[in-house]
Amino acid sequence: MYYPSQKKPSRRLYTFPGGLHLPENKAQSTTTATVKAALPRKLILPIQQHIGAPAQVLVKVGERVLKGAMIANPQGRISASVHAPSSGIVSEISEHPVAHPSGLPALCIVIETDGEDEWGELPPAIDDFRLCEPGLLLERIRTSGIVGLGGASFPTNIKLEPKKERRIDTLVINAAECEPFITCDDMLMRDRPQEILEGITIMKHLVGAASCLIGIEDNKPEAIAAMTKVISEQEVDNIELVVIPTLYPSGGERQLIRVLTGKEVPSGKLPASIGIVCNNVGTAAAVADAVLRGRPLISRYITVTGEGVANPRNLEALIGTSGSELIEQAGGYTGEAARLIMGGPMMGFTLHTDKVPIVKASNCLLAASTREAPDPGLATACIRCGKCAEVCPVSLLPQQMYWYARAKDLEKTQEYNLFDCIECGCCSHVCPAHIPLVQYFRFAKNECWDQEREKKSAELARMRHEAKLARLARLEAEKIARAQKKKAALARSASTNKGSDAAGDPKKAAIEAALKRAAEKKARLAEEGVKPQNTDNLTDAQRRQVQQADARRKALGDGDTRQASEQQDR
Amino acid sequence: MQFATITSPHTDRPNSVTVTMLWVIIALLPGAVAMAWYFGWGVIIHMLLASAAAVAAEAFVLKLRARPVMPAISDLSAVVTALLLAVALPPLLPWWLTVLGIVFAIVVAKQLYGGIGYNPFNPAMIGYVLLLVSYPVEMTTWLPPIMLNQNPLDFTQTLSAIFVGTLPPGLDWDALSAATPLDEMRNQLNQNRMISEIRQSPLWGDFGGLGWEWVGNWYLLGGAILLYKRIISWHIPVSMLGAVLVMAMLFHFLDQESHPFGLFHIFSGGTLLGAFFIATDPVTAATTKKGQLIYGACIGLITYVIRRWGGYPDAVAFAVLLMNMAAPMIDYYTQPRVFGQRDAGDD
Repeated sequence: MYYPSQKKPSRRLYTFPGGLHLPENKAQSTTTATVKAALPRKLILPIQQHIGAPAQVLVKVGERVLKGAMIANPQGRISASVHAPSSGIVSEISEHPVAHPSGLPALCIVIETDGEDEWGELPPAIDDFRLCEPGLLLERIRTSGIVGLGGASFPTNIKLEPKKERRIDTLVINAAECEPFITCDDMLMRDRPQEILEGITIMKHLVGAASCLIGIEDNKPEAIAAMTKVISEQEVDNIELVVIPTLYPSGGERQLIRVLTGKEVPSGKLPASIGIVCNNVGTAAAVADAVLRGRPLISRYITVTGEGVANPRNLEALIGTSGSELIEQAGGYTGEAARLIMGGPMMGFTLHTDKVPIVKASNCLLAASTREAPDPGLATACIRCGKCAEVCPVSLLPQQMYWYARAKDLEKTQEYNLFDCIECGCCSHVCPAHIPLVQYFRFAKNECWDQEREKKSAELARMRHEAKLARLARLEAEKIARAQKKKAALARSASTNKGSDAAGDPKKAAIEAALKRAAEKKARLAEEGVKPQNTDNLTDAQRRQVQQADARRKALGDGDTRQASEQQDR
Repeated sequence: MQFATITSPHTDRPNSVTVTMLWVIIALLPGAVAMAWYFGWGVIIHMLLASAAAVAAEAFVLKLRARPVMPAISDLSAVVTALLLAVALPPLLPWWLTVLGIVFAIVVAKQLYGGIGYNPFNPAMIGYVLLLVSYPVEMTTWLPPIMLNQNPLDFTQTLSAIFVGTLPPGLDWDALSAATPLDEMRNQLNQNRMISEIRQSPLWGDFGGLGWEWVGNWYLLGGAILLYKRIISWHIPVSMLGAVLVMAMLFHFLDQESHPFGLFHIFSGGTLLGAFFIATDPVTAATTKKGQLIYGACIGLITYVIRRWGGYPDAVAFAVLLMNMAAPMIDYYTQPRVFGQRDAGDD
């Protein structure tokens, strides 16, 4: 086992529950050096490659774009821009198959490259970022289209924004790369440790963190050596490379933070709530490119591996390159390819075709053989062995959640903390009954979200209804108050007039006589069972209106009284 | 090129139900062979008979339920149930009782609840308890171990005893049979004899009955195999054996002449078989780690209480079934603290 010679990890490391030692399968893709993938004839760029609102298209079909030009700009706070990875003509803006678990197509900008690879005008480099306004740096990161390259693709500028609620004291850099087969971060660290360190320094400056911990699994000796070298060569303060034991999923954000700092990110909260921001090494390199060189995010390292390809390797590919071209440059299929996976074996999803573009989040294209990813066969009944709970890195009870997810008892699944599940796949991997547990949990989460949406709209309707009732009650109360006020005023005026003889006042006698008549009439009508109506003395036009209203009310039916009452109100 | 779309993870799965069951069978073999060594061919005959009946009964019910037969049969769970029941039966039990017990176990206790994974009670123990309460005489007619047996039966004699009920000429059941150590100890104690007196008899070994305690050792080895292969975790066996030992030692020290030494209870009856093979049945046991400790300890406790003050010499089966009922509740109240949550429960 290799440890960097000068600095042995002096830091105390912590553990998280569960976890798995998996066959690493990383060696096969690290034997050849990473090269730039050949410029493809066509680049397909989905306008949504990130979490948040889709970007808005800025170009028209037929327009020539230069390399690095923004072709879609971010919409709203959480969004990311898209840039042209090479120069060429926009040939279409339409729906196209993309790498998404749903298999649904998405809106893409297609660029026919012209082979010139001509750079457009780039924003100026910000050499001394320490003197630069933080807002400008964040804007640069935002307009460079940088998102988390570790897989979640959350817009990086949002993560690096100063936090109102809490000061950030630690920047955690995720270099763990814990999933089997994936080596793109490993290769990036070997090739560009300098840029990564620059990016880390910028991010550390932006969030104002006192210290930075780079967590890397001990199965990447070359990357550890390269990173150690640049860190020791440069004058950097409080940036520490921490070698951690290889244990899946130590690269999960919350797991890595736990291993490095011993802190647990509270359930349902962000790391920022405990003063930590976590970013991937690839993201750090992209930030350095954007700030120090003005270059937007237009390419990334991607691992093309598995027994299904002839020469497993890493490629630096332009975003939008088709998976088929990358497979081609990794020697093509061997005939053993049985499954094509976007991402790693534990959390990646299968593609039914390789004709999909790689996006910012694509870290691995795995063409697995049946040996590497055999068909698990039919799932059988859960025997409640609890192996899933033993390996769960969040200490969940997957066997219970599965039981309730199957019964669609969503409340119970949430009681068993469904939403703390990070979908790492450990439970499914060890299940002796081969139950696709994670799939059940994804399903239950989606059902919960659906239900939440429905509940929200129902809640809105209820609030609207209650507001209406309150308004009507208020109007009624005001009416009564007005009447009482009037009555009181009348009584006051009557008492002031008390001096004069009531009987002698002809006006008052007439009013009293009229009141008496009205009371008598009311009593008579009440005896006959007729209620007084304000519709008795109406003009013909008014009567017609009333009849029409009655007809409408009838047509609505008696069942929906609420609607009927609303109709009445109108 | 078109590829199949399958949900993650895309890995070679290390575990399977069949392999798990196979390891249970392998781990059971040392103890079963030791049983056969000390108590004759009957043990093996019952194991084969019960296995065949179990598989046949399971296949039959699956057919009735219109479920695929082969996947369920090939998981070997019916065979495990059969073997666990068979090693708990007296070696010369009439064949039809074995068949009755296992068929009841498979059909009623397992398949009527929905088959593997859905049965709330341990099927083997249901079958055992059915036989024990319905046929107490047959179920307590044991043989002495080979070194104390004056008239060991050969293979054909055993076959005829089990299937036809006839013994070799000149032998009768009374001459042939012997009580189990637990039964013997209980009867002697009930006659107000003292342990030091009782233990004068050649029936006894170091801790338990002669022969019996060696069977216990082999089950212990089987348990070690299961632990090593991570088929079971240590929680249930340790807490169950611990509870039995603590209870037995406590009363032993209070009154040494009427309560046998703690290890007597460990090496007698179904304690070791139960701790490693029966109480650890994943389907019917508690699944949380803390829950398993409680579950195991309660089984040990109930076992001792029934042995000491109840109406049966052994009680592992009753204890397991009683705790099967409590397992869901134990699981509910012993949920582990979820990572990142401070308030929910504790470690």
